[in-house]
Amino acid sequence: MSHASDALRKTPMTMIEALRSAMDVMLARDDNVIVYGQDVGYFGGVFRCTEGLQAKYGNSRVFDAPISEGGIVGTAVGMGAYGLRPVVELQFADYMYPAYDQIVSEAARLRYRSVGDFTAPLTIRMPCGGGIYGGQTHSQSPEALFTHVAGLRTVMPSNPYDAKGLLIASIENDDPVIFLEPKRLYNGPFDGHHDKPLVPWSKHPMGEVPEGYYTVPLESAAVYRAGAQVTVLAYGTMVFVSEAAALESSIDAEIIDLRSLWPLDLDTIVASVKKTGRCVVVHEATRTGGFGGELAALVQEHCFYHLETPIERVTGWDTPYPHAQEWAYFPGPARVAAALRRAMEA
Amino acid sequence: MSRSEHLRLHVPEPSGRPGHATDFSYLHLSPAGAVRRPPVNTAAAATADLARSLVRVLDDDDKAIGPWAPQLEADALRRGLRAMMKTRIFDARMLLAQRQKKISFYMQCLGEEAIAIAQAMALEPGDMCFPTYRQQGLLLSRDDIPLVELMCQLMSNEIDPIKGRQLPVMYSYKRAGFFSVSGNLATQFVQAVGWGMASAIKGDTKIASGWIGDGATAEADFHTALTFAHVYRAPVILNVVNNQWAISTFQAIAGGEGTTFAGRGVGCGIASLRVDGNDFLAVYAASRWAAERARKNLGPTLIEWVTYRAGAHSTSDDPSKYRPADDYSRFPLGDPIARLKQHLVAIGAWSDDEHERVEKALEAEIGAAMKEAERHGTLADGRVPSAASMFEDVYKDMPEHLRRQRQQLGV
Repeated sequence: MSHASDALRKTPMTMIEALRSAMDVMLARDDNVIVYGQDVGYFGGVFRCTEGLQAKYGNSRVFDAPISEGGIVGTAVGMGAYGLRPVVELQFADYMYPAYDQIVSEAARLRYRSVGDFTAPLTIRMPCGGGIYGGQTHSQSPEALFTHVAGLRTVMPSNPYDAKGLLIASIENDDPVIFLEPKRLYNGPFDGHHDKPLVPWSKHPMGEVPEGYYTVPLESAAVYRAGAQVTVLAYGTMVFVSEAAALESSIDAEIIDLRSLWPLDLDTIVASVKKTGRCVVVHEATRTGGFGGELAALVQEHCFYHLETPIERVTGWDTPYPHAQEWAYFPGPARVAAALRRAMEA
Repeated sequence: MSRSEHLRLHVPEPSGRPGHATDFSYLHLSPAGAVRRPPVNTAAAATADLARSLVRVLDDDDKAIGPWAPQLEADALRRGLRAMMKTRIFDARMLLAQRQKKISFYMQCLGEEAIAIAQAMALEPGDMCFPTYRQQGLLLSRDDIPLVELMCQLMSNEIDPIKGRQLPVMYSYKRAGFFSVSGNLATQFVQAVGWGMASAIKGDTKIASGWIGDGATAEADFHTALTFAHVYRAPVILNVVNNQWAISTFQAIAGGEGTTFAGRGVGCGIASLRVDGNDFLAVYAASRWAAERARKNLGPTLIEWVTYRAGAHSTSDDPSKYRPADDYSRFPLGDPIARLKQHLVAIGAWSDDEHERVEKALEAEIGAAMKEAERHGTLADGRVPSAASMFEDVYKDMPEHLRRQRQQLGV
């Protein structure tokens, strides 16, 4: 058996294992890749994504950082300027705000303001989204705060196969990449039915992950489920919630998993909406000023004369993410199914 | 039991304001030659006295005295003097160009020339400075950065190397060890630490030098930089240029009252010095000491340079509104150019005639460079980089949405 086919041999992985495998592959392939963040060294991260990497690659390439998101990203910008490819972990997306200046004013603009003299090829990983009773400080989905920023790439995988391939592509990319990990999907394809037992990734085809190097290209969406009646634009956890909603409403929805939020794969979106003539946009983040508004505007600009009904949005409410009322906040299958039915009226 | 006092909010004030002179005793100066010079492997905690006193080499008789007096050849001193003169003349010419509306905005470093230039001479090729907008001396001390190119950046003209994307003085020169100036304050300080960490991760020999002003030390990035530099023993020099003023805000509002900025370093476990920033020899000696520590894996050094912002913050500022108009003439640490010049004269290595000759030659050189630069356009005549170039370098490869937007603009 050839070396290449060894590398492509698939094995069941959770999203955590797939992310770890991506970092393992890149640490081995490129001496300039380093990994650091809070608790990521000896302990291996609060979600275990970096477990074993320090023992394997040494503590000058995988190490703990002070509790300072601004310092983690700020030092990574300097390391990027030096020529390294830092992969840093912010423990929760909810904690990214102290790093926001370094992300927006520095990492995102360094290439532009120096005409490529200096660049910041960083990958900033952060677990996002709710569904784990994390309350307002462990549940947020701040993707719109990144998609709004010129110079950033924002990526969110929905399954272990894409997570590994997208993380490798992000690490190899020369632009700064915000890599959002829907933590509710770490251990299985959660469809929003929180009262049912979790299906593990080992029971899902996207949980079959090659052991070696491969990439899933950025700026490329996936048609997660082909359908004829209505297009659903979703990413992260909402891909599976939307799938459940389609099954439960018996509406033949085509579910587009955006994967790369910005820059995004507009062609796949436009082709689908032109085919179905209907569109539902779904995200977990708050509604007003959310990325769904941008998606709705793009569909309107490019597909207006193909639309049979108004574009529907299903999102989190415009409140902080509540603790006890989590499932009233979370846009679950029932809310998505209701939007699918509205989109099918008329 | 006594009655509780009413609490009072303390808002620091400078001792001088327009109409009454500053009492500079708050600076707590040490005599030249009085401060000890410890070995480079000294413990951070053992530098507490050095963070409160003031390292000075040049005395009132223009002699270099004490343990910090560096062994510098007269030739190197003359180079330093010439670079300071060049910087001052360059600044004066650019202020004129701003008044002529050939450039939109300018920031001079009048009175602070010694700090960037002596440190540049203490660093090695390959080292990287992360400057603020007032360290043009790092570039003007070099012979490999054409003046014309700097001027084209200032005028944002057709051959501006950074294509009109940044305000004047926000240069970027990787080849000269000069990191892209952000314009945001303090962000570069923690980046310098990261760059130094990267050099250590790679087992390289290059060191970083971060720069910040007294005002911006109040930003979180300053304190973060100190923490990371200490934790990872980063090979970095952490320069705090205390020029007393952040636009109209006196350094006491940044937290300098009754303490020193160098003292912050000691508290973080970083060896720290407080140094006369207008004393070229002291700046060189302290920079060498810090650089040697970094190169020997002894970790970071914080240096507070005590100086005075002799000019306005920028061309948009009028300091006579908030401080005595003649404040600089009373500043007890004098003028760095005059002090080094007098020292060179005192040791028989310079003369008034030579000084005047160099000054004239530099004026001619800078005048000629400006003429040449103006041939490529000024902000006033509209010969600026193309609008189409605005869409480049946002990403390494231009994404589809930017192509569409460029088409919409019709360029």
